[in-house]
Amino acid sequence: MAIIDQAPDAPDAATLERIEHRWLDAPGIPGFFTTVDHKRIGVRYIYTSFVFFFLAGLAALVMRDQLASSNNNVLAPETYNALFTLHGTTMIFLFNTPVLAGFGNYLVPLQIGSRDMAFPRLNAFSYWVFLFAGLLLYSSVVVGHPPDGGWFAYVPLTDKAYSPAINIDFWGLAIIFVGISTTAGAINFIVTIFKMRAPGMTFNRMPVFVWSMLVFSFMVIFAVPAVTIAAALLEFDRLFGTAFYTPGAGGSALLYQHLFWFWGHPEVYILFVPATGMVSMMVAVFSRRVLAGYVWIVTSLVSVGFISFGVWVHHMFATGLPALALAFFAGVSLLITIPSGVQFFAWIATMWKGTVELTVPMLFTVGFLLIFLLGGITGVMVSILPFDWAVTDSYFVVAHLHYVLNGAVVFPIFGALYYWLPKMTGRMLSERLGKVSFWVMFVGFNLTFFPMHILGIIGMPRRVWTYSNGLGWDTLNLIVSLGSVLFGLGTGITLLNWAISLRRGRPAPANPWDADSLEWAVASPPPEYNFAQIPVVSSRHPLWDDDGAPAAVPVLADAAEGRDPSVRSLALEGAADKTTTITSGRDTRPFEVLEIPEQTVVPFVLALGLAAFFAGLLIEATVVGVLGVAIAVAALLRWVWRTDMDRA
Amino acid sequence: MNILHAHGSEAERLAGIWWLMFGLGAGVYAIVAGFIVWAIVRNRTAASDGPSDNTWIVWGGVVVPVVILGVLAVVTVQATSELRRPEANALHVEVVGKRWWWAVSYPGTGFVTANEVHLPAGRPVEIGLDSDNVIHSFWVPELAGKLDLIPGQHNVLRFTPRKPGRYIGECAEFCGLEHARMGFEVIVENATDFDRWLARKRNPPSAPESESALEGETVFQRQSCAGCHTVRGTAAQGTVGPDLTDIGERSTIGARTVANTPANLEAWISDAQYFKPGALMPPIELSNRDLRNLAAYLETLK
Repeated sequence: MAIIDQAPDAPDAATLERIEHRWLDAPGIPGFFTTVDHKRIGVRYIYTSFVFFFLAGLAALVMRDQLASSNNNVLAPETYNALFTLHGTTMIFLFNTPVLAGFGNYLVPLQIGSRDMAFPRLNAFSYWVFLFAGLLLYSSVVVGHPPDGGWFAYVPLTDKAYSPAINIDFWGLAIIFVGISTTAGAINFIVTIFKMRAPGMTFNRMPVFVWSMLVFSFMVIFAVPAVTIAAALLEFDRLFGTAFYTPGAGGSALLYQHLFWFWGHPEVYILFVPATGMVSMMVAVFSRRVLAGYVWIVTSLVSVGFISFGVWVHHMFATGLPALALAFFAGVSLLITIPSGVQFFAWIATMWKGTVELTVPMLFTVGFLLIFLLGGITGVMVSILPFDWAVTDSYFVVAHLHYVLNGAVVFPIFGALYYWLPKMTGRMLSERLGKVSFWVMFVGFNLTFFPMHILGIIGMPRRVWTYSNGLGWDTLNLIVSLGSVLFGLGTGITLLNWAISLRRGRPAPANPWDADSLEWAVASPPPEYNFAQIPVVSSRHPLWDDDGAPAAVPVLADAAEGRDPSVRSLALEGAADKTTTITSGRDTRPFEVLEIPEQTVVPFVLALGLAAFFAGLLIEATVVGVLGVAIAVAALLRWVWRTDMDRA
Repeated sequence: MNILHAHGSEAERLAGIWWLMFGLGAGVYAIVAGFIVWAIVRNRTAASDGPSDNTWIVWGGVVVPVVILGVLAVVTVQATSELRRPEANALHVEVVGKRWWWAVSYPGTGFVTANEVHLPAGRPVEIGLDSDNVIHSFWVPELAGKLDLIPGQHNVLRFTPRKPGRYIGECAEFCGLEHARMGFEVIVENATDFDRWLARKRNPPSAPESESALEGETVFQRQSCAGCHTVRGTAAQGTVGPDLTDIGERSTIGARTVANTPANLEAWISDAQYFKPGALMPPIELSNRDLRNLAAYLETLK
């Protein structure tokens, strides 16, 4: 097979219309419930998780109102406890994880040159499960029984004996439920990244964001089962009277903590890794040069994936475990600093040898660097075992965790909004509003979270609904509360910017940032089929030539004449048949043809059935639960059966 | 409650580690943030100037961190191996975490109190930590780091208080509704004062003398009080609420919720929920006279 690379001739309008007709979703409501388009699903993930982000942010602002002064009575303790439980649970499970999955969903197929994910229906299913799990959790608020055991839900506090009402069950079941979504999504990413890369997109040419989603996905697969088990055993104890966590009956309260944190610490990196993947993309583009230390960075991401599974006990330093075991986990916690340091200096080197352009995405990236630097330093401090005894469960840790989870994950996500939303919506966001938003957020962030370090040092414990006066905490708490209002305002400005851009934003060109990765090779927003002709990749920077100047991305000229159907699927015919190319995992030779499934309501019904099953467990209504299982089984049968039909 | 105002052996050590890390951390932050800003603002004169990509990564990302982390690892191992070690001649105190207060006892003396821990200065102490309900965490910032109270597990916190004084402690693990109002006090005295105090506490409080207090004692035994509270030497042997044997000498009520004054005591008895919503102490309906006498009785318990 002769590979002749050349820029694609623009297909004629009639052909494109024929292709588009083949891919277009049914309009209106039916299309909404049946789409399997990774871009629609990705955008949906992003919108849904931002709704949860603002709900959780609102919860935080109400909490800060209560804590603005000592002996305040704006909130009752049970309300405060419910708010901080919802805040943490929502931010981790319903914002951070799914928003990154959303960006991944949207971007990974585009960045690797595929027309969709490997399992488009599974992709739709993941989204619906995420949505229903979120609704399940928030229905607790509607019925007035929000979970109030903390986002970590430690036993025995969350056992039936101390939390007899239904509140905790909303939490436990929603956690098990949403885990299905995350896991299915991760499997989809792994197969997509392994098998759907365009010819020439070998592993060492994959964009760092794709690498980060690959690491994210493997971590999810190994970590999420632990939290699912933690929550499932909790629910067994609560619903069926088992005693996994009941010390008096042979259970163990610490078993829960081990299970929870075996997921919980990798989870921090599950969030952080894709955020750094985004940073690597943006740093290079806005330094106008190739990323320094690509191999270093990828190695760092992969090693973080492994090492992060060996640090979970640092959340349990004060539980009285043997000192030798604790010292081991302290050592590994120090070790995990190294890959982060490597990435950090690779970014500095990139900027150093580049010409930095302070666009809004780059501002958020620089803000991330300055915040994450401090979060990393305090992270080293809390991994020093004896020092952790002093600050764990104090506001020092609240400060540290927000510097890493808010500063080092949310700031890149906001940068990514400014960077990639134009691709998704076809509209640019306002740079001016974006700059205002960044500065308000940056100042608000530091006003909110920096003083918390000091509050922790002067003895303020976490998760207190109020505090006495005369302890020297009043002024700092007031500053924190004012800062949180500012931070909330800053995020609101971006929301406004986003909304305005949808109506009045300047139309986005295909590549507004002169970036180098494949998603910028297609129009903004991309056509349903992504690539009429699948590109052939010959460098890490398909849209740049050797000097970094914009270059057109080549395609295989004679693909349409190829004898192998998988080669032909690269060409326009492949798009016209609604297929995409499966390539061999390592050297990306066209290997097989993937038929993109038609629109289907089956994933929605399956998710609905599972939701009914969990709702049945929740309200202890056997009929509802059994009905849910029946619906789910029927949907699964239909799913499998259709696949055989398609092949026939 | 500043962890850096260290008056215990462990807190002293931790404060030392803090200042070492603070120095290193501030230096690292200043230098690296300087690099970031410099990299952004500098005019790139030639592609080859300054360190190469690999130089940045190897020195900044590997070599320097390994050196700093190596130092901190040594500090960690040393401090871990030296802190919380069993010592001869240590004083034993038992603390049990309740919802939401602390039961404190001195083994071998029969003396039980609540929310106040008396310790001798200069002598190693061993504080046994248990819970018969949810998880709590024992934290006196100026004396030592935290250690959890976990049902089904006996933890021991070991340190030496250095300087006489009153130190505030609090619960540091979220334990439900009134986690915020679960404070206590550690009173460190010099060894002779402590021994004298403990010797005195071996005996139950003397019977009340004033008429009001005597009537108050009757109220105490007649009403529901005795069902939940113990007063050593009387028929009251309840174990749900705090032991009140020396309530007259404690500085606060409700686990550092309010100051222990007769007026507060009366208000607390009639409606503890006002001060500490969710506390397990129910409102008690008493006539003003009974209430006053009851408070007078409790004030005599020393």
